[in-house]
Amino acid sequence: MDFEWDLFVDSLPTLARGALTTAELAASSIGIGLVIGLAGGLARVSGIAALNAAAILYVTLLRGVPLLVTLLFFYYGLPSLGLLLEAKVVAILALALTNGAYVTEIVRAGINAIDRGQMRAARSLGMGWGLAMRRIVLPQALRRVLPPIGNEAITLLKNTALVSVIAIPDLLRAGTDIMTWQANTFSPFAGVALMYLAMTLPLVWLVARLESRWRVA
Amino acid sequence: MSAIRIGNLHKSYGATPVLRGVDLEVAAGEVVCVIGPSGSGKSTLLACLNGLEPFESGEVVVDGQHIGWGPERGGARQRVPERAMTLARRRIGIVFQAFNLFPHMTALGNVMEAPVQVLRRPRAAVEAEARALLARVGLAHKADAYPADLSGGQQQRVAIARALAMQPAVMLFDEVTSALDPELVGEVLAVMRKLAEEGMTMLVVTHEMGFARDVADRVVFMDAGLVVEQGPPAAVLGNPREPRTRSFLGRVLRPETQPA
Repeated sequence: MDFEWDLFVDSLPTLARGALTTAELAASSIGIGLVIGLAGGLARVSGIAALNAAAILYVTLLRGVPLLVTLLFFYYGLPSLGLLLEAKVVAILALALTNGAYVTEIVRAGINAIDRGQMRAARSLGMGWGLAMRRIVLPQALRRVLPPIGNEAITLLKNTALVSVIAIPDLLRAGTDIMTWQANTFSPFAGVALMYLAMTLPLVWLVARLESRWRVA
Repeated sequence: MSAIRIGNLHKSYGATPVLRGVDLEVAAGEVVCVIGPSGSGKSTLLACLNGLEPFESGEVVVDGQHIGWGPERGGARQRVPERAMTLARRRIGIVFQAFNLFPHMTALGNVMEAPVQVLRRPRAAVEAEARALLARVGLAHKADAYPADLSGGQQQRVAIARALAMQPAVMLFDEVTSALDPELVGEVLAVMRKLAEEGMTMLVVTHEMGFARDVADRVVFMDAGLVVEQGPPAAVLGNPREPRTRSFLGRVLRPETQPA
């Protein structure tokens, strides 16, 4: 099997459509995952036992099960609960919840890494816990956890490739489809690889830019 | 009415008692220095005064507000709700040994933060006051500097300005010069001395015997979680009654503050 240049070029428009779906899945799951992770991290440090326990249970479940299994479980399991969701919604749900579990632990670690004196100083100035967290602790914590959160985002972007198992026409699926139709060649996968790379690079760049812009104290 | 009233305060960490029935009053406008060996409970006492540390029993009233436990009713006390304590803290300034400035904000930002965010006052008015406060501690020219770019002495002076920005009724100082290089101690003490002269009510936990002697209206010696001796600085530092006070002072006094 040789590399077929023509086939590679011809496959690009189809792949680009798949890449768009991948980008859509990644962007929504990263965004939702960040919100979940922030809430989960705050629940972990809230000092409220029930919230903390719920967050621990959530993280344990979602982090302990392979994403592929979560995906299939949601895809085949949710309908039996009477939840008929579009495949894409199921995919975003599974991706975002998994991402959120990792981000929860990153945010918790980030908050705990901030000197206790910061919270004490904020509280002693009359701030409530929430205000002190929002104005004093979180801004410092989030700066520190930017690199691992960026890593998670990149991991998630690549993990979206798993959604092809639930028949979502993402980038990888576009590649395998072309391969099936077109004489069983691997050539389109060069395009697939390049496009994943092309999508991770802006993420890397964005994280680097945020890191340099936000003065780390 | 006293600005601070502490009655029979008990506090322990686990099974270890730290405060074993402390009684202390500070009148409005009075400057009281608390001295004593490490582990005598001085810093814990301050942390109890603004409710940062819970305590088992006793009465703490600061600026008319009950801290920790409410007034006694029918022989029982209720815990003061967290919200009431947060409100009370607005009137209790505290300066820490470790400065604890907010590193992601400039000196000016640090001083403005609480009046703007807690009191919701307009930024322009707060900024004018904050700049005046920074000038008062001799740091008008450092308004835009971040804590990391300030010396320890400068950071501590910003921390004092930050506490003053809330216009507190009392100021608590928790060994505020202990983390400083010796040559930076003087500038911080000078600010505190000025504050005392202006009539601020101050409770100062310190190892600076010279400051206690010159500035305090009263010196309190604590040991093993109890107030052992208190009185005018000349009496407590110059002619202590209690053997424990004498032995402590003998260990810490430098020649120039040695009792005559």
